[in-house]
This record gives sequence, C-alpha cells and structure tokens, in this order.
Amino acid sequence: MSAIVAEGLQKDFGNFVAVNGVSLRVEEGENFALLGPNGAGKSTFIRMLTTLITPTAGTARVGGHDIRTEADAVRRTIGVVPQPITSDLKLTAAENLDFYAKLYSVPGARRRKLVPELLEWIGLIDWRDKLVGTFSIGMRRRLEIARCLVHGPSIIFLDEPTTGLDPASRISMWEMVSRVKSERTVTVFLTTHYMEEADELCDRIAIFDHGTIVAEGTPSELKSQLPSSEVIEVRFDSPPDGWADSVRALAGVEDIDEEEGLFRVHSNDRSRTLAAVVDAARLRGVAISTIALRDSTLEDVFIHFTGRATRDETGKIRFDARLIER
Amino acid sequence: MANRGVLPLWAIMERDLRKYFRSPAILAASLLLPLLQLLIIGYAFGGKIQGVPVALVDLDRGPEAVRLREKFHAVEANAKTFRVRSEESLDEALRLTREGVVGATIVIPEDYSRRVTQGNRPKLGLVLDNTDPFVVTTLTQKMAEILDASNRGDIEPRYLSRVSLEVVEIFPYVEYIQYLLPGIITLATFFCVLIGGGILYIDDKVRGIHEAYLVSPISKLQLLLGMHLAGMLKGAFAGSVVTFVGVLLAGVGDVLTFSTIVLVFGFTLLVSSSFVSLISLLMVRVDDPVVPRVVIGFLNTLLFFPSGAVYPTSSFPNWLQWIAKFDPFTYSVDGFRAVLLKRVGFTAIVDDIVILAAITIVCFSGVLLLFQRRL
Repeated sequence: MSAIVAEGLQKDFGNFVAVNGVSLRVEEGENFALLGPNGAGKSTFIRMLTTLITPTAGTARVGGHDIRTEADAVRRTIGVVPQPITSDLKLTAAENLDFYAKLYSVPGARRRKLVPELLEWIGLIDWRDKLVGTFSIGMRRRLEIARCLVHGPSIIFLDEPTTGLDPASRISMWEMVSRVKSERTVTVFLTTHYMEEADELCDRIAIFDHGTIVAEGTPSELKSQLPSSEVIEVRFDSPPDGWADSVRALAGVEDIDEEEGLFRVHSNDRSRTLAAVVDAARLRGVAISTIALRDSTLEDVFIHFTGRATRDETGKIRFDARLIER
Repeated sequence: MANRGVLPLWAIMERDLRKYFRSPAILAASLLLPLLQLLIIGYAFGGKIQGVPVALVDLDRGPEAVRLREKFHAVEANAKTFRVRSEESLDEALRLTREGVVGATIVIPEDYSRRVTQGNRPKLGLVLDNTDPFVVTTLTQKMAEILDASNRGDIEPRYLSRVSLEVVEIFPYVEYIQYLLPGIITLATFFCVLIGGGILYIDDKVRGIHEAYLVSPISKLQLLLGMHLAGMLKGAFAGSVVTFVGVLLAGVGDVLTFSTIVLVFGFTLLVSSSFVSLISLLMVRVDDPVVPRVVIGFLNTLLFFPSGAVYPTSSFPNWLQWIAKFDPFTYSVDGFRAVLLKRVGFTAIVDDIVILAAITIVCFSGVLLLFQRRL
C-alpha cells in the first residue's frame, strides 16, 4: 500500500500558483525527498499533506486517509517537524515531549515511560529538566524529532530539518533520521534544498521547482539521466567572448553550462578533456583561476533539469565554497 | 472524528500557565504595574488641595477688613487651604495671578468696612486663575464658607427659620484610593489577559509554534477551551493578587472575610473569562505581533476610563455613558465596588454577573466561529 498518494494537488495564493497540480506516490517504508530551492513550493506542498492548509484543487491520501475529509485521521497517523523551530522555549525538554504526548492523548503511564526513553534516544536525558531556551538549535531539532514520534506515527514529515544547522549538527541530524528509519517502521517524507542530504538519506527523490515536479527517481536513476558522469568545474580570469563555444568544441566534452563565471564541463573522459581545457587556455592566453574534477552529483541533476543551481538562504551560489573544500 | 477527552485541553492549559509563571517580565507587568497605578493615581487624585498661594490686596484697611484678614489667617493656620501673601498694589497682584505665581487674588475694596457697618451690600473681589478648575472649585468653596461664617454673626439665634439638611452616610467614608481600587483590580486582570494571553498567542503564531500543535488531532474546541481556561486562571490570579495587596494598601484589609474572599475570587474568574473571550475575539484573525501592542493603548483608554473606575459615570455626556453600557469594565468595577467598599453580598452583584457571563458566551461563540483550525 502507498503511504502517500497525491493527485493533482494545487495551491494558489491569489494569482500566484505555489503548487501546480502535483501528483506523486510514496510507498510504505520509503524515504522520500522533495528537493528544490527556497521558494519552490515544497513547504506549501508538505503543509497540504499534513492538513495545515487546504488545497485549492486536487487531493491526497496520507496513510490511507483523505487530507480534505479525514484530516483528524491523517493527523493521528503522522508526525511532523515543521520548518520553523517550534519547541516551547519556556518549557523543559521533558515538558515539551509530555505536552505533545498529551495532545495525542497518550496515557499517563505510557508517557512517564516514553519521555525518558525518547530523551535517552536523542542524547538529551541529562538535559531533561533544562529549559529549551538554553538549548542550541541542533539540540532543539533533535528534541523535535523525538517529539514527532511520541504517538508512534507511521509516516513522518520533516520540512527542511537541517536548515540553519552547523555542519556537525547536520550530520548528527542525518544520523538520527537514519536511526528512525532503521529502528522503526516508518515512511519518511522530507523536503530539503541540500542535494547531499537528499542523496544521503533518501531512497527516492523528486526534484521540485516552481511548484511542479521536474524529475523523479532514485539518486542513481536521476544521475544516469545526465549526459556524462564526470564534471570539470573551471573558473577563468576574464575569458574572451564565445569562450564557452570554444570549450564545447574540445575533445570529450559532452555538455557545458556556465553560471556567474563558473564553467561546468561534462565529460565521459575527464583526463583527456582536462588536458584539452588546460591546453586551450594556455594557447589563447586565458588564465585559469580555479579548476576541480568531480563525479556528477544531484546538484548537476538539478541544474540539468531546471537550468539553474539551488541557492542558499541568501541567494548566493553554493559552488564556490564546495570548490574550496575540495 | 476528533480526539476525545480532556487531556489535550489540559495540555494546552498547563503549558500556557507554565509559560506565564516563567516569564518574570509579564508577571511584573501584570501585577506590579496596576499596584503602582493604585498608589500613584490613588494618592495623586485623592488628597485635599492645600497651600495654594493667594495674594491679598487690602484697599480698605478698616476694622471689618482686619476681621476678615484674621479669618484668612485662621484658614492658613488650620485647614491650610491657602497661604496668604499681602500685596500693596492691585496691578502687581493681578500680574502675579496671570503668571501663575499665585492661584488667586482676594481684593478687599476701599469702602468694605463702611458698607458692612451700613449693611449696604458689601462685596469682596476674588480674581481666579481659572486654568485649574480643581483649585478654582476649592478656593471658591472655602471663600464661601468664610463669608457664610462672617454673615452668621457671633451668636447663633435660638430658632432658625431656614431649612437645614442632615446628611447620613450609610457606608464608611471612602477615600479616593479605595474608590479607585475596583478599577485597578479590573485593570490588572485585563493586563494579564492581554499581555499573558493575546500577545503570547500571536507571538507563538508568528514564530510558527502553533503549527506544531495544529498538526496534532486536537480539536478546535479543545484548543480554544484550553487557551480560554488558561487565560481565565492567569487573569484571576493577577486580579486576586492585586485585590489582596490592594485592600491592604487602601486600608480596607478588614473586608477580607472568608465569604468575601470566595466571592471576590469567583467574580474575578468571571471578569477574567469575559476579558479572555473579548480579547480572543479581537485577536482571532490577527497575525501581526505589533497589533496587540498597539491595541493595548486603545483598549486601555476605551475600556478603563469610561467604566467609572476613576470618575462616576453619571458625570459623563450621553455618548460616553453609552460606551460605558457596553464596556465589560463597567460591570467589573461595579461588582468589585459593591463587594469591597459597600461590603454587600452576592445578590447585589447578580446583574453584573449576568452581563459578564453574557459577554463571555457571545464573544467565545464568535471566537469558535472565526478561529481557523488550518493556517
């Protein structure tokens, strides 16, 4: 049985179409990611599935229940970590979990056992009586993961769970999601704009842009749709006009795209192409400022299908930082 | 089918109360501010006017003028309503009055003693700085008393033909701070409900915290009732604390018998409940956290002052009396005044109870209708 089935789900805000007639199916026990940049409509889509907002058109079944007509049954089936940090800062870690368990009418005896168990599980048992206002963002996120499990949901929705976290907290969060998956029988539906997060955590990915799904499949299926498996990322100092066409004509080049001075050269024979790029630059007197070789990633898949890179919160292209890291 | 039982409702209530009691700034605002107002407004408006400087220009200097001056000096020494400052020149005295150096100028005209002796309509002049109506009223009243005593003569006749009035006050004398106390208790309840309820709820909404519980199966009724009960208890707590401290500050601590305490607490719960529903109705569709902070000033003016908390409603123009009729503060102030100052029981406040209960029911129904379970 499918855990989530959306059929022509649409949400308009006035004249703006945030989600445009999306249909998708997520199987039980699957880890599914909706991958897209900020403003793509991912949160609106997840808010419809979690009964927070009413669709303009279409419907969906979550855990076998219709989101329009059986909202309470859907709510009992799901656990949700919304995008904003929603822990109550004036309550302690244990009180936060106890509060949510009460909202789901979890009986007292069960709550008294469950709350310390969950706190132990997320590594916050020593913080059980501390106010959440004193926690780091990463600790609050861990608490929220535990919170969404208090009633034993069969489907959990994570709306950009690692946004705003430092790299260490992000990795810790990935480990936690993986543990949820390995220790419980749940379906995980997450939205993210981090390619590596979707690649790391999910069995299947839908690339979402401008309110629609532009590609869907497993990470390897999506990568296989690229014209090449390897990418040379190169930045030149003051390249002459028509330089992209010159590079495209070099040996082994399958495809090329350029964004803000960064050339991504797709090739199936990177040694040959790399030598050709360096030679061409030397012959034309064009200096190379940075150059890097890597395998194709979901980022390339995203660019391939949408024609642009994903962007972080400030709208800055994220490639430069990654190049430096390499 | 919605989630049944009281546990979700209890969860919302318990959480809201915890958050309130863990917010020192909100506690201080809802408890200390009203008590500060009680002390400052109570003593600022409640005292007698004393020591007003008054210029005296004696153009007569005859024996009757001397007697009159002795009476003024007697007032200066005893009631201390004014301090007399003799001026030689009328022009100088009038200049001092215009410039506010003195509050009034008393002029004894040249022929005053002769006219008194002849019984020929003697007159005194009182030139007032009428920009301060309170001083004007006090000085006019005191001068009338002085002249009335002068006119009566030294020996009281055995039989009086004039009708006199014998005043009987059925309650003990009420000082202004005591008069103000019911309004301040009402204000404390209102502040607590608004700051500890309305503002916190909208802040939660803005921070997205309510998203986390809207995805749970809690029903609209459970959610609203939970928030309503929490607000009601918070308001009643603030109202009760201010009542107990307030009666001591106002010097009527002896009113706190067991039955009065029970009645006051029950009434405070009802007052708080009516305020919670009224504010919830006003804020049910508000998403901007600035709105309740702006509204607090408007509501304070619109509800507190027309209620008779600081001045009797009978002195209001018609339009203001109509506002008072629809103002829940009016019935709260009336109820607390009856219980704490008149020391009468439940039957005397039944009308207030019925009206406040009706406000609660009507406003809460409106909230139920307008509250959106989804975003």
